Amino acid sequence: MKSSVIIFPGSNCDRDMDVALKKFGFENQMVWHNDAKIPKSDLIVLPGGFSYGDYLRCGSIAGKSRIIKSVIDFANSGGLVLGICNGFQILTETGLLPGILQQNKYLNFICKNVFVKIKNKENKYFKKIKKEVLELHIAHNEGNYFCSNDELKSIEDNGQIAVTYCDHKGNDDEKNNPNGALKNIAGIFNKNKNILGMMPHPERMIDPFLSGEDGSLFFENLIESL
Amino acid sequence: MVEVNEKIAIEHGLKSDEYKKICDLLKRTPNITELGVFSAMWNEHCSYKSSRRHLKKLHTKGEQVIQGPGENAGVVDIGDNDAIVFKIESHNHPSFIEPYQGAATGVGGIMRDVFTMGARPIANLNSIHFGSPDHEKTRNLLRGVVKGIGGYGNCIGVPTIAGQTCFDESYNGNILVNAMTLGLVNKNKIFYSKAAGINKPVIYVGSKTGRDGIHGASMASAIFDDKIEEKKPTVQVGDPFTEKLLLEACLELMAGKSIISIQDMGAAGLTSSSIEMASKGDLGIEIDLTKVPCREENMTPYEIMLSESQERMLIVLEEGKENEAKKIFDKWNLDFAVIGKTTNSKNIELFFKNEKVAEIPIDFLAENAPMYDRKWIKAKLSKENNFSKEQFKSLKLGDCLKKILIDPNVADKEWIWDQYDHTVMGDTIQKPGGNAGVVRVHGTNKAVAASIDSSATYCHAHPLTGGKQVVCESWRNMISVGAKPIAITNCLNFGNPEKEKNMGEFVECVEGITEASKYLNYPVVSGNVSFYNETKDKGIKPTPSIGGIGLLSNYKEMMTMELKNEGNYLIVIGKTEGHLDQTIFARNILSEFNGPPPEVNLFNEKQNGMSVLSLKNKNLIETCHDVSLGGILTAISKMSIKSGKGVKLFPLEGLVNKFEYFFGEDQGRYIIEIKPENLENVENMLKKDSIHFDRVGLVEGNKITLENDIKLSIDDIKEDYKKWLKEYMVN
Repeated sequence: MKSSVIIFPGSNCDRDMDVALKKFGFENQMVWHNDAKIPKSDLIVLPGGFSYGDYLRCGSIAGKSRIIKSVIDFANSGGLVLGICNGFQILTETGLLPGILQQNKYLNFICKNVFVKIKNKENKYFKKIKKEVLELHIAHNEGNYFCSNDELKSIEDNGQIAVTYCDHKGNDDEKNNPNGALKNIAGIFNKNKNILGMMPHPERMIDPFLSGEDGSLFFENLIESL
Repeated sequence: MVEVNEKIAIEHGLKSDEYKKICDLLKRTPNITELGVFSAMWNEHCSYKSSRRHLKKLHTKGEQVIQGPGENAGVVDIGDNDAIVFKIESHNHPSFIEPYQGAATGVGGIMRDVFTMGARPIANLNSIHFGSPDHEKTRNLLRGVVKGIGGYGNCIGVPTIAGQTCFDESYNGNILVNAMTLGLVNKNKIFYSKAAGINKPVIYVGSKTGRDGIHGASMASAIFDDKIEEKKPTVQVGDPFTEKLLLEACLELMAGKSIISIQDMGAAGLTSSSIEMASKGDLGIEIDLTKVPCREENMTPYEIMLSESQERMLIVLEEGKENEAKKIFDKWNLDFAVIGKTTNSKNIELFFKNEKVAEIPIDFLAENAPMYDRKWIKAKLSKENNFSKEQFKSLKLGDCLKKILIDPNVADKEWIWDQYDHTVMGDTIQKPGGNAGVVRVHGTNKAVAASIDSSATYCHAHPLTGGKQVVCESWRNMISVGAKPIAITNCLNFGNPEKEKNMGEFVECVEGITEASKYLNYPVVSGNVSFYNETKDKGIKPTPSIGGIGLLSNYKEMMTMELKNEGNYLIVIGKTEGHLDQTIFARNILSEFNGPPPEVNLFNEKQNGMSVLSLKNKNLIETCHDVSLGGILTAISKMSIKSGKGVKLFPLEGLVNKFEYFFGEDQGRYIIEIKPENLENVENMLKKDSIHFDRVGLVEGNKITLENDIKLSIDDIKEDYKKWLKEYMVN
């Protein structure tokens, strides 16, 4: 399976993602933001970081970068596109995913382990994961998901909510909401479920010596499902 | 052009005899640009004029030392051609004036020092000191500094793995922000600042030059008064995004062979970087200031030379490599300009619009910079307090513990480190809040431990002992995670060196650091001095911060402080005399602020530490934590809180004073957790090595208990311990 990780100036989780993809069997390649084309891939990943310094608005300049047209074409033709953290922000900026990511409710950067509940397994990203609740890691300042009521109704009706913040038992209530995200949303799909954007970093949870190992489940499923 | 005279020189922070020396050396009056250059090079921050003669005494050699003090950072060998580049630096003065930018650019500056040497930064640490929590400025300064550190480090994508936060009223008018960075480099690909060869192109890369930070280094060499807010324009503004690009571009260029020498533009910007490169190479340098990329219009040579705009580097390239280098910087969208060349004149020559605007022999700026033998007085060791039985009578151990756990200097700092990305790069195996931060050496079995310590209370009470103690504490932190201590970097934060008492504190702390680092074979490889931490005649307590690093040859053998299993024994290694003077117990519970700090016995320190490492190497230790602030009971409580596991403490034998035993801050001690089946073996080994130890308790249940004296649920004390800072920050 071939994957491509896009490097924008200011990306800083590109190496971590490369390490994770390779660990679970992907043949990964790094693609520079200023390239015109993406090599043949089964999966495109927009990694975390601060693309273009996140100046103007998180992900907004990356959303207009040279490479992004190829990402959009690939996504529209049904290819799998995964955006983590800043990658999620970029996907909302391109319009591939609905809604926006605002500054965290308590105005601070948050770096810690969180639990997320898988809300929809009818897709390649979560299909074969046996657990209902995963322990992942967040590290962001703008992860407070928001969308209009109409958009919310539509993403709920279409089963587009991918993961929500919760406790270890799966209670995704306000008490377990780290950043103020609407409905505790930590990640969403597009309608076709081939695009996933999420704030938590599975690539930081692939080793018992790191923050945990539930990220491994995510990547194991991904390579099997493809 | 401004006419230079003594008054103007004094406004530049020079003393009148220093100005006279400049005129004598030049045999003429300097012009304003030249005066600016002199003032930048001769201030305390750049010239170390008060400290140099004492710093020479530091213990700087060791088997693993590749580069000691004097370069952008120190370098140590960690085997297999890997080396660690590391250094600590202060950004105290700017952080008080503008906490966000001051702290942010402090982090940016120290990372640049590290990647200038060819190393990719792999971990950041910081030590921050604030005034009393009740002081009106403390909360905002803390918030701003934490945001600034996070804002910069998080954006670059380097994990912040450990740190220290202290509160004391002596910092009310002068906070401390010390930032440390570790980088990883191939030991055969280290870059230095020494230029070599004449007619080599001098290249400017990075951000454009603006008017920010002019005279930053001079500001950092002065005491504060009421008008300090007016100094805001001397604080630099950071752009972590550009630094990230600069980091990647420099590392890309360094993969080739075109760089002769490289130096970041830190304090005193273009002035000190160009002069340092030329001075170390015994060369001259010629710069055409017209060619320097400027952000603002009509900048004068004076402003260009003194700007401290961030994210800039100066590089001496091999001839003919300009295009190759330019391509890389173009790719990263960074400015690149050939601004001059090396010469054999041994002078710095500055041109602007085809006119020579300055010419100064480099010797005058570097080697001939003033050096002072300032007067200092030796501190006396004060008399021990005799605490009476009456003072303890009404106290309960459990209540005292609860009070200590919410002391601002003990309470949990999660509110702070949750704001630092501590997991990016995917190699952080011990996060903030443990004995030390630990990161793996990417792709290997090795890991590097790092911590940062200071103990101003002890240094204030007796500088010599305090200096020794802080090195020992750093050493102990390395041992506690199972790492072999390698080397340290020191950030020496002191008051006004022109005052004999402050100078004495400096001299004696340095002496203490030297003695301990020599004995423990824990050399100082880099560092920084920050004097003049004084406002309206009130100086800070002497605060040397020690950043230590250690090596784990197999990261899987790392020790942590979380208690592991029910039924395991807890043993205290090292003798508990029950020293209470200068402890958190004395200050917080007994309101006693006088007396000597705990004694440091280097022999015991070394023996105890080595025996812990040897037990760990035999896989006999489950958990380890060093005993520091708050003594045994505080240490055990933290181990319990981290793991959610209780401890049954054994009754003390004989007539030992319980308060002294549990809260005394005697040095050189560790608490280790041992499986019952290993207990006899461990105790026999300790006896054989003549190491003092006490069985102190058992891992049991979910409470900390001691007969009828203590019964505390872990959940309760955890809540208190965790909430102090969070509540403080929202109030």
